[in-house]
Amino acid sequence: MTMTQTLKLQIDPIACTGHGLCADLLPELIELDEWGYPIIRDSVPPDLAAHARRAVNACPALALRLNRVAA
Amino acid sequence: MSHGPAGHRASAERGIELRRLTLGWHDSDRAATLREHTDRYGPAPLRAMSKHDLLAQVAAAGLTGRGGAGFPTGTKMRAVASNRGPAVVVANGMESEPASEKDQALLARAPHLVLDGIAVAAEAVGAAEAHLCLARTRDWLIDIVAAAVSERQRAGLDHVQVSVHDLPHHYVSSEETSLVHWLNGGDARPVTTPPRPFERGVGKRPTLIDNVETLAHVALIARYGARWFREAGLADAAGTMLMTVTGAVRQPGVYEVEAGAAVGDVLSLAGVDPASEAVLIGGYFGTWHSTSSVAGLPLTAAGLRQAGGSPGAGVLFALPPGSCGLAEAARIMRFLASQGAQQCGPCMFGLPAISEDLAQLAAGRPDGDTLGRMQRRLGVISGRGACHHPDGAVRMAASAMQTFAADAHSHARGRPCVASHRGGSQAVGLPVPRPFAEGEWR
Repeated sequence: MTMTQTLKLQIDPIACTGHGLCADLLPELIELDEWGYPIIRDSVPPDLAAHARRAVNACPALALRLNRVAA
Repeated sequence: MSHGPAGHRASAERGIELRRLTLGWHDSDRAATLREHTDRYGPAPLRAMSKHDLLAQVAAAGLTGRGGAGFPTGTKMRAVASNRGPAVVVANGMESEPASEKDQALLARAPHLVLDGIAVAAEAVGAAEAHLCLARTRDWLIDIVAAAVSERQRAGLDHVQVSVHDLPHHYVSSEETSLVHWLNGGDARPVTTPPRPFERGVGKRPTLIDNVETLAHVALIARYGARWFREAGLADAAGTMLMTVTGAVRQPGVYEVEAGAAVGDVLSLAGVDPASEAVLIGGYFGTWHSTSSVAGLPLTAAGLRQAGGSPGAGVLFALPPGSCGLAEAARIMRFLASQGAQQCGPCMFGLPAISEDLAQLAAGRPDGDTLGRMQRRLGVISGRGACHHPDGAVRMAASAMQTFAADAHSHARGRPCVASHRGGSQAVGLPVPRPFAEGEWR
């Protein structure tokens, strides 16, 4: 039996200081609220995985994470 | 084992009121001594049951947390007990909900019931240390509890000594991750989870955190058993619960009622003004409802779900006739906005923004499309903080907008009701909302 896995974006809300780079790099899944903090759709479709990783790596506050979870 | 305290049934029941935790509270105006306590309930039930049986009894009793979240206590205890190494028990007596008084009343009248509960919980989960957290601003309560702890030490009662702590009194300091963080030497502010405290909490050990009322029920379940506990309440909401009833009632105070009692009956118990039209259920973290729409609903999680409410920490506030619900909601929101931990953006900026919208609306001085702006803001905050502070504040504000929708629309058109000009109901309005001291999280 194969275990399917999906990628989920997760924000550490305490670490996040609203730089907003993630929304620039991954507008498909992340928008900013009126105060500049990200609102995310956490399930990452496979075709956006590379973009999501790029957004995670770009976060200056190390507040964005990509987790592999069992579907 | 399934017999309650002596005379319990005969003397303690009156309609929906049932005295278990509150037994004998009217006999004196001070805390029960250890002697009075054991006369009332029998000796502390330590070592009367195996760890396995204790866990089984608490689970079978169907006890749920009385601090607001309503999580099954047995499940939580088992999770802590099944983790490796010695555990830690933390009793949460912070009661930072301004409208609630029940935990303070319980600790002030029956401290040994809570301390028994801590001792039993410590046995059940295999804890080597126990902590009781209280708000620093309540010297009087700390003195009572500390005296009860010394009394037990002199009697050589407990295996696990209870340390009493005085924490900074902020609204979010009572969040369980705040307690853990503070006990570990940090600020009394919520931290990001995971790990959850039951996995890795105080001293990185599995940590059971329970509200003091929950622990008091555990003390009685250990004495009289799950079946006795379930003689009160409903199948899906067992036992009794402490309720703080305030606002437009003749006898405000703490009542112990059977779980499942109807909202209207509990209000009547406290002598509600029949002209009161709205009620805040659950406290500042709760929800507003028109009294007629909820009067017949049981005060349980399942019973209130259809109305979008929850018993929360057991608070009912009857809106005084002639006062403005929007103005009351605005006062609460201003308090909640000031009480964040200043850590998470959506809470730090979102709550003050919504608070300002609500204040404009309450005053009937909208700035542009205040109503639309607030509705949009209310929709984007929940679930985006490290703790549930923003979620609760937003839920309270949203419920006010729904319950007082007609008022909101006339206020938004610049036609506020007369009551809102008086700045809320000073005489019988909601208690406290003066923000606690700035800073000082340690």
